Amino acid sequence: MKGTSGNIGQTFATASQVTEQKDYSILNLGPTHPATHGIFQNILTMDGEIIVKAEPTIGYIHRAFEKLAEHRPYNQITPITDRLNYCSSPINNMGWHMTVEKLIGCEIPKRAQYMRVIIMELSRIADHIVCDTVIAVDTGAMTGFLYLFQWREKIYEIFEEMCGARLTTNIGRIGGMEREFNEKAWSRIHAFMKEFPKALTEFDKLVTRNRIFMDRTINCGAISAEKALAYSFTGPNLRAAGVDYDVRVMTPYSSYEEFDFIIPVGTNGDTYDRYMVRMEEMWQSMRIIEQAIKNMPDGAFHADVPEFYLPAKEDVYSKMEALIYQFKIVMGETDVPKGEVYHAVEGGNGELGFYLISDGGRTPYRLHMRRPCFIYYQAYPSMIEGGMLSDAILTMSSMNVIAGELDA
Amino acid sequence: MHHEIHPSASPQIIELHNHVKDALISSFGDDITGSQIDYDFPVFVVAKNRIHDVLEFLKNNSDQSFQFLTTMCGVHYPEQVGQEFALVYQLHNMEKNWRVRIKTFMADKDLNVPTATDIWLGANWMERETFDFYGFRFQGHPDLRRILNMDEMNYHPLRKEYALEDAGRDDKQDKYFGR
Repeated sequence: MKGTSGNIGQTFATASQVTEQKDYSILNLGPTHPATHGIFQNILTMDGEIIVKAEPTIGYIHRAFEKLAEHRPYNQITPITDRLNYCSSPINNMGWHMTVEKLIGCEIPKRAQYMRVIIMELSRIADHIVCDTVIAVDTGAMTGFLYLFQWREKIYEIFEEMCGARLTTNIGRIGGMEREFNEKAWSRIHAFMKEFPKALTEFDKLVTRNRIFMDRTINCGAISAEKALAYSFTGPNLRAAGVDYDVRVMTPYSSYEEFDFIIPVGTNGDTYDRYMVRMEEMWQSMRIIEQAIKNMPDGAFHADVPEFYLPAKEDVYSKMEALIYQFKIVMGETDVPKGEVYHAVEGGNGELGFYLISDGGRTPYRLHMRRPCFIYYQAYPSMIEGGMLSDAILTMSSMNVIAGELDA
Repeated sequence: MHHEIHPSASPQIIELHNHVKDALISSFGDDITGSQIDYDFPVFVVAKNRIHDVLEFLKNNSDQSFQFLTTMCGVHYPEQVGQEFALVYQLHNMEKNWRVRIKTFMADKDLNVPTATDIWLGANWMERETFDFYGFRFQGHPDLRRILNMDEMNYHPLRKEYALEDAGRDDKQDKYFGR
């Protein structure tokens, strides 16, 4: 059987082939190990350098989001979604807003949709920067990480101009955006669009065809398309295995059908392919943002849904209706239709879905979040067993397991 | 049979709903106890003892081919006597972009359900999570342990009887918010 080592063709014993007389050692990888990039534990049974068995334990930062959501009015759930995949919070925020908008039947203006696309694609770039540079770090290439990571900082500066927050953004509202992008935000977006391609090209040249990097990542932690589908993989990890499933294309939301972009797919589903898919997705995200800026429609930045969309502060102080709506929204008193909706967005890690059951009350009756990380991380033991410990670290970073989304 | 169609449902969704409904009824008859369209989602309610067969049929039948298990979760309806718990599966046919939701209801006395781990490997952790939250006993599951909460926990926290906050606290009741 072909092993999952970086050395192509080299074979390793699988768990069943190792004789029971051997002395196995138990290795605790985590819960707080710098190489796991998050709080989760793997108890590894090791035969020397080779992993015989892996047993993941998760839940270290479980915060019972699904229970919390049953006790909060709809607009107060957005900050919870921030803390799912915190590397791309805005995508989670938008996914939640769109779920509620679907429930209440609210169509938001084109301009707000395009603004959301810009924000979501910037987040995707930030998310992929984290993942790809960390893969490089785990192969020993610190330089690329340092070069590219400052661009994540620039994206956070853009978010800061848009909404005042950086990491847990709570950006946008049910019914649109909370404000226009200001001058400074636009100039930062333009500066990013101009400068980032140079940085990404530089990183690409440093890492992608690097002999050591390729030896370490090719054939490391591979998964076939059939198995990835059986494990309900989505996002870049599924696409790296060769399945071209992307929610943005298959079930377009927020006007994604109006943009011209390519869904990159890999062939082997190994660490190198996952890295490459994310690299190309960053370029495609740049294309999408470019088109969104070029074709940005005029109009309002939010829909006319006073029952859900907070009025402007000066109106609250001077107008009767605005004051009433402000009160109703803040106290969570708005009537919501009864019904069940499912809405999915393409998050940094795949299909992020919200299954919302409303009984007409001020809080959801039930909110289930389909968290891509939680679902694909269960394949991790089968991807690393029979391989080397150092490959297990790489496989984990290339799957982009984010503890917040894993544990919810 | 309960039957309802959401006003926003498109002709394609209605067509999909009828396509799946006809196939399910011709194979399972009265064990399909309800069907409706919730927004853009065809929903089918299945008798609990046939849930495994229905999922397997929808995955393997060449006219259906819902190969992908998107997600699954439990729901607790304490007021529905005899049908207190629901299990919800969402399936996806990626080639044709069809999605359906399959539900099954059961009484709180008998939360034994056949596992779907033999149909989808990915059902493993989803069922563990659902067990952890609600206490469904998935028969035939290879490793039915809690996953997010600690093993020593002696209740299933997403059931409605467990209040999020201190039960003695009365300053956050709905009546103070006009409800």
